[in-house]
Amino acid sequence: MAKITLSKLRHSYYPDPKTPEDYALKEIDLDWQDGGAYALLGPSGCGKSTLLNIISGLLTPSDGAVLFDDRDVTNLPPDKRNIAQVFQFPVIYDTMTAYDNLAFPLRNRRVDEATIKARVTEIAEMLELTDMLHRRAAGLSPDNKQKISMGRGLVREDVNVVMFDEPLTVIDPHLKWKLRSKLKELHQKVRATMIYVTHDQTEALTFADQVVVMQDGEIVQIGTPVELFERPAHTFVGHFIGSPGMNVLPCEMRDGGAFLNGVNIPLEGSDRHETGGKTEIGIRPEFVGFDTVGLPAVVSKVSDIGRHCVIETMAGDVKVRVIVEDNPPEQGQSVHLNFQPAQTRLYRDGWIASARRGK
Amino acid sequence: MKTENQKAWLFVLPVLFLVAFNALIPIMTVVNYSVQETFGNNLFFWEGLGWFEKLLNSDRFYSALGRQFMFTGSILAIEIPLGIIIALSMPRQGFWVPICLVTMALPMLIPWNVVGAMWNIFTLPDIGLLGYFLNHVLGVSYDMTQDPAAAWATIIIMDVWHWTSLVVLLCYAGLVSIPDAYYQAAKIDGASNWAVFRYIQIPKMKNVLTIAILLRFMDSFNIYTEPFVLTGGGPGNSTTLLSIDLVKIALGQFDLGPAAAMSLIYFAITLLVSWVFYTLMMKDDR
Repeated sequence: MAKITLSKLRHSYYPDPKTPEDYALKEIDLDWQDGGAYALLGPSGCGKSTLLNIISGLLTPSDGAVLFDDRDVTNLPPDKRNIAQVFQFPVIYDTMTAYDNLAFPLRNRRVDEATIKARVTEIAEMLELTDMLHRRAAGLSPDNKQKISMGRGLVREDVNVVMFDEPLTVIDPHLKWKLRSKLKELHQKVRATMIYVTHDQTEALTFADQVVVMQDGEIVQIGTPVELFERPAHTFVGHFIGSPGMNVLPCEMRDGGAFLNGVNIPLEGSDRHETGGKTEIGIRPEFVGFDTVGLPAVVSKVSDIGRHCVIETMAGDVKVRVIVEDNPPEQGQSVHLNFQPAQTRLYRDGWIASARRGK
Repeated sequence: MKTENQKAWLFVLPVLFLVAFNALIPIMTVVNYSVQETFGNNLFFWEGLGWFEKLLNSDRFYSALGRQFMFTGSILAIEIPLGIIIALSMPRQGFWVPICLVTMALPMLIPWNVVGAMWNIFTLPDIGLLGYFLNHVLGVSYDMTQDPAAAWATIIIMDVWHWTSLVVLLCYAGLVSIPDAYYQAAKIDGASNWAVFRYIQIPKMKNVLTIAILLRFMDSFNIYTEPFVLTGGGPGNSTTLLSIDLVKIALGQFDLGPAAAMSLIYFAITLLVSWVFYTLMMKDDR
């Protein structure tokens, strides 16, 4: 188990990168505490798998260093780093039994059979694999195969970090939830540093204490699930997290206030740097309500998704989504929208520009 | 209420016809010959299982069968491991892939009798490239028309040259279908190269390898053209394989009865070996 530090990490798949676009990863600095549960969240192609492969040693970064407990491991191969990785598709050794699969990493490291037996039994118990230990791994269901892949990672006691690369992709929806809570439980039991890569916000937010959101090879925001939800540092995070994502509405700044369609919208705090750039108001649909006064709009679509209703309204030519618990308005109805000021953020060129309340 | 009728049989009919004409009828003709004695003027006399009995008691048949198994065994023992080694050492991506693949496929595109003729000329002691080199440059006495060992070496090397590519291409197809994650996981698990070969590559190649071995077995067990063109079964009878012997009996001596009986036994052996092998290979998967 170890603390992981990424220092000035850059990576390009081209032999001779010049422009920033040539880099799959642009200057990553990160500190991951020993025993933490982290998620790397971002859309496909944002560089999260590249980052993961650099940490595991499958890729050597173009620049920068990877430190485990302040020891530089940048040029060490994967088997020397003592890490474990679970891949998108379950990797199992077809011809072996489940037991032999779990024992494989230990046998390769010449651990004695008695220790192997104790370790494998313990891990199998944790993963609820005990009654299939002596079956051929090839015949098991995908979720059990994936559990074996995880087990192979956890079976080594001294493992520095366990990494998951979208491990639930091939798992049936009803088993996804089960396996996800199993993972969380495992993390509490073994207290290993775990990094979970995914593009699914639910997976990231339920698994991790800290979520790292990435876009185009850069880290956009690092925070707890609550922080990411409440105060996205960038409109991208606002869009990406939440269902539906944050409303991002173009606005005009004048007289120290924000105006949308000529209506003054109160912000959480004052604009921190009053320079130009594109300004936008960001507010989650959860914090927009209907009122007798406020921004006039017309309801264009009502979707009842069970727990609540998602209502799309048009304020002029700006689309604003609203979430209400009950009494949804009719389609075509004229309404007034009320934004909760404490949850109304200002973004300048995509980055948050409004000061926190009371500052 | 379920209605039942026999209409479904109509849909099977075309296939039945097809199979009848390309398999059943020809085989039944052979069966017909195998139980009769044939004379000129289309005279046939009932012989029962006599030909089978004679054949199974004849030394000539067993020595040809023995040579056949030796040939098939030798080429399998060389082509399969060699094919795997070549497939493993071929590049998985990049510029050289198509070049390797085409080079590999070339020998297979050459017609069988041409292969025989090519090797015949190639190995002529006085003018053939290989024959001349061995005899006059290296000073090794090599003449496959005189020396059975030389004849055997030549037909085996010729078959290896002609057909190893098939094994290579099938194994290569099996290898490239292994996702990278397997190699990465093995690296992380600390597996040696041997363990990667034993626990990832061989299991993933198993199906194509089974097909490769089956194809090479059936093909080499029934081989006729190449050794016939190359050695004509000689010197003496030393390279007279089953099929060459069969043709000698059927066309050379025009003994249709014994030849038909031999064909059926030949066919039964090929079928039996293939079936046993396939069943053994696929046993674990069920």
